[in-house]
Amino acid sequence: MTDTAPAPETTKADWTSDQEPRWCPGCGDYSILTAMQLMLPELESRPRPENTVFISGIGCAARFPYYMNTYGMHSIHGRAPAVATGLAIARPELDVWVIGGDGDMLSIGGNHLIHAMRRNVNMTILLFNNQIYGLTKGQYSPTSEVGKITKSTPMGSVDQPFNAVSVALGAEATFVARTHDMDRKHMQETFRRAHEHRGSSLVEIFQNCNVFNDGAFAQITKKDKRDSMLIQLTHGEPIRFGEDNEFGVISNSQGNAEIVKVADVGEPALIVHDENCEDPSLAFAISRISSGPYEPTPVGVFREVQRPEYASVVNQQIDVARSQQGSGDISDLLNSQPTWEVA
Amino acid sequence: MTDTIPESGARELSRIIIRFAGDSGDGMQLTGERFTNASALFGNDLATLPEFPAEIRAPQGTLAGVSAFQVQVSDHDITTPGDAPNVLIAMNPAALKKEISKLEIGGTVIVNKDTFEERNLAKAGYTENPLETGELSNYTLFKVPMTSMTKEVCKGIDGIKPRDAERSKNFFALGLVSWLYQRPMEPTFDWIEKKFGKTPNVVQANNAAFKAGHAYGETTEAFSYTYEVKPAALDAGTYTNVNGNTALSWGLVAAGKLSDLPVFLGSYPITPASDILHELAKHKNFGVATFQAEDEIAAVASSVGAAFGGSLAVTTTSGPGIALKGEAIGLAINLELPLIVIDIQRGGPSTGLPTKTEASDLLMAMYGRHGEAPMPVIAPYSPGHCFHAAIEAARIALKYRTPVMLMSDGYLANGSEPWKLPDVDSLPIINTIFTTEPNHVDEDGNEHFWPYKRDPETLARAWAVPGTPGLMHRIGGIEKEDGTGNISYDPLNHQHMTDIRQAKVENIASDIPLTWVEGDEDADVLLVGWGSTWGAITSAAKLVRDQGHKIAHAHLIHISPFPSDLGDVLSRYKTVICPEMNMGQLSKLLRAEFLVDVKSVNKVQGQPFTTSELVDVILEELK
Repeated sequence: MTDTAPAPETTKADWTSDQEPRWCPGCGDYSILTAMQLMLPELESRPRPENTVFISGIGCAARFPYYMNTYGMHSIHGRAPAVATGLAIARPELDVWVIGGDGDMLSIGGNHLIHAMRRNVNMTILLFNNQIYGLTKGQYSPTSEVGKITKSTPMGSVDQPFNAVSVALGAEATFVARTHDMDRKHMQETFRRAHEHRGSSLVEIFQNCNVFNDGAFAQITKKDKRDSMLIQLTHGEPIRFGEDNEFGVISNSQGNAEIVKVADVGEPALIVHDENCEDPSLAFAISRISSGPYEPTPVGVFREVQRPEYASVVNQQIDVARSQQGSGDISDLLNSQPTWEVA
Repeated sequence: MTDTIPESGARELSRIIIRFAGDSGDGMQLTGERFTNASALFGNDLATLPEFPAEIRAPQGTLAGVSAFQVQVSDHDITTPGDAPNVLIAMNPAALKKEISKLEIGGTVIVNKDTFEERNLAKAGYTENPLETGELSNYTLFKVPMTSMTKEVCKGIDGIKPRDAERSKNFFALGLVSWLYQRPMEPTFDWIEKKFGKTPNVVQANNAAFKAGHAYGETTEAFSYTYEVKPAALDAGTYTNVNGNTALSWGLVAAGKLSDLPVFLGSYPITPASDILHELAKHKNFGVATFQAEDEIAAVASSVGAAFGGSLAVTTTSGPGIALKGEAIGLAINLELPLIVIDIQRGGPSTGLPTKTEASDLLMAMYGRHGEAPMPVIAPYSPGHCFHAAIEAARIALKYRTPVMLMSDGYLANGSEPWKLPDVDSLPIINTIFTTEPNHVDEDGNEHFWPYKRDPETLARAWAVPGTPGLMHRIGGIEKEDGTGNISYDPLNHQHMTDIRQAKVENIASDIPLTWVEGDEDADVLLVGWGSTWGAITSAAKLVRDQGHKIAHAHLIHISPFPSDLGDVLSRYKTVICPEMNMGQLSKLLRAEFLVDVKSVNKVQGQPFTTSELVDVILEELK
């Protein structure tokens, strides 16, 4: 926008649509929605609802755009990152958010997710991970643990689950973070960081499905468990956690991240978290510390690096072509091959 | 041919059909295109049929690796690349073996004699050298040592080793044929300079080979005559030789200008549609953004996103891609957003015949989506018409807020014709008005934006793009209430919305021309076609008429909806024949819609109808 005056402040009400949310009572999605509606008015950049677009796929999470008083599209299963890519290229000035669940983003839409991240299209992707298919009433998902008993796996799932953060780091996403639906402040801070990043930002949100997978993350996200089970990543600081901060993370001789007692190794041996490390290997190693939400699990920003943003480069090429060739003339185009006259 | 033979010098021909054939690596497509362009610039009418294998490089010298290019050049208006060639240029034994049966009896064969040695003969499956056995006695055979003469003439060119020189042998062939048919040489020299200017020694080698071929024709006594095809008496105007994919791309670029919207193309490479992506990528200065997506689904989905943002959104593909895009096209139908979906049809199902033409996606275009999902379908009839069809697709898509399917095919895509450049001022201006103010006032006097409030005439919904203050709204694939656009599971609303979506498409019939019928009004037989069969049907109808019969030809550009008078037109004739490059898909639609006993004529051989095939069918019917 070219306005010189700062955009007016907004309130939660400005971001709230007239549609009543229809998630199951007690669903984690409510707290994510609230965190979003509280976070946006607090942003220093003062985004405007009319310049904000939420694009979703299909699933419980994908109803999210209906509840935001912004532009929005509830598209088709898995394709939200692709729809958002087209929009972001066509309208690079917009704030584009992508909302989806673990099935939407990592199963049917896995291809679009990884390609959006590798291209670094400017969009903030919120992946609501509840480790279950909720909308279709309880089949295992690509993040469900091995052995998961569901309607479609009566003898237990045999699929190895995806770790969403590892997938994102593997695709060399420029911003990768994790948060959870039990901590609104942490969500707001993580969403803010993700939104401020220019490029593709991926935020995995551990989200409780209280109907089909209740308590999936309780072992790590319950208030009395967080200190011992959530490893908060803070840029520039040694990675430590525990009720008395007694644990830490080191890089072992194989290059893997390993949980140790700080008393055993001394603080200088711990990994000092560096979000801005160009090479995603260390962040990836950190993402592998936990094999599921029953072990100490890192949360926060894993990685934030700068890389040219896709849509702006596409549009720069258009600008360069225009400055070199002018804005185009149909007649010139038609005469661009050899022509001849018939009298 | 009935032309009289003079003692010597140039024989005048009214038309000539030449087929260049060789190994995939021999540059036959390029040779054919160069001959075509020189002929176009000379003023002939022409039509081309490139035919190449799906493999980039099948094993050298094998039948599988033969690539051919047929062109008909004439001094009068023609619509097809011709049936049986008069001349075959065969660069190796495999090309001779594969193509000789297509040549007219008594036709001319020019072979690259150097390649007729044991190894190549064996690869082509010859146990004896056909140049020696007499099996070509039905033809006039010229054995020309093209490879060795090309190598000879390139000797001494800096940096051109004999192996490199060999690559220029197609220019030798082009030079020889250019002499034989008295084509101007300058366009070829110009083109070589433009194409290879960065490597002067390659320019030198190609020029040398081209001149040597020309000189060979002139100086050896093997060729008694040259032939001349005079310029055709075409309508006055400026012409260019254009293929369908290029014309289509230009049409899309023009549609962006005419509608004053940025063009967004989301595409995934697929034969024979990729050239549209390549062409559009060259025209960024027109505000064209091209996005090579990770797959066909992302290609169409990104286009839907761009359409939501206010672009003239396009996705291009071939049949397999349409199959993958079906769900997202349904989304665009439900969202009522403008979107151009381009299907350059090829042989199917599955991978089918990727480089061969077919028109068997029509029913998929009409019905290949879940739910009641009607959309307009239009089909260009010639390479040049692809330009206008693209603009028409954009006009309908933007005016009615609907995806439009444009059905071209491999034959139109790669075939070329002299195209009279349209008067740019005569192209339609496509007015697109975005909604910028609330469009509904409720009982309490509050203003709202209703995304599904409709224009009463076109039934198009209001289109407000992100960035417009005060008009924030959400749309989605779930059924929605007409007007407000809010999610609605109400049974009667779903019936209403289904009816509206259908009516919106049917309504377009009042906004398109009546059926295009040519020929005798009092004929008993009507030929009905769509798409690229236009050329063969037109030329067959002409031949039949020349024999004293009456015949009419209706060609459909709009297939969904049909022109409003089509039912009446069909009912005027005793017999309706519908030739199609499929198993009778338009015939089914016509039968279902109009209860007309359409006689379906089918061909799915990866090649267009020949004129004579259709003449036979028509004469049989007229008996």
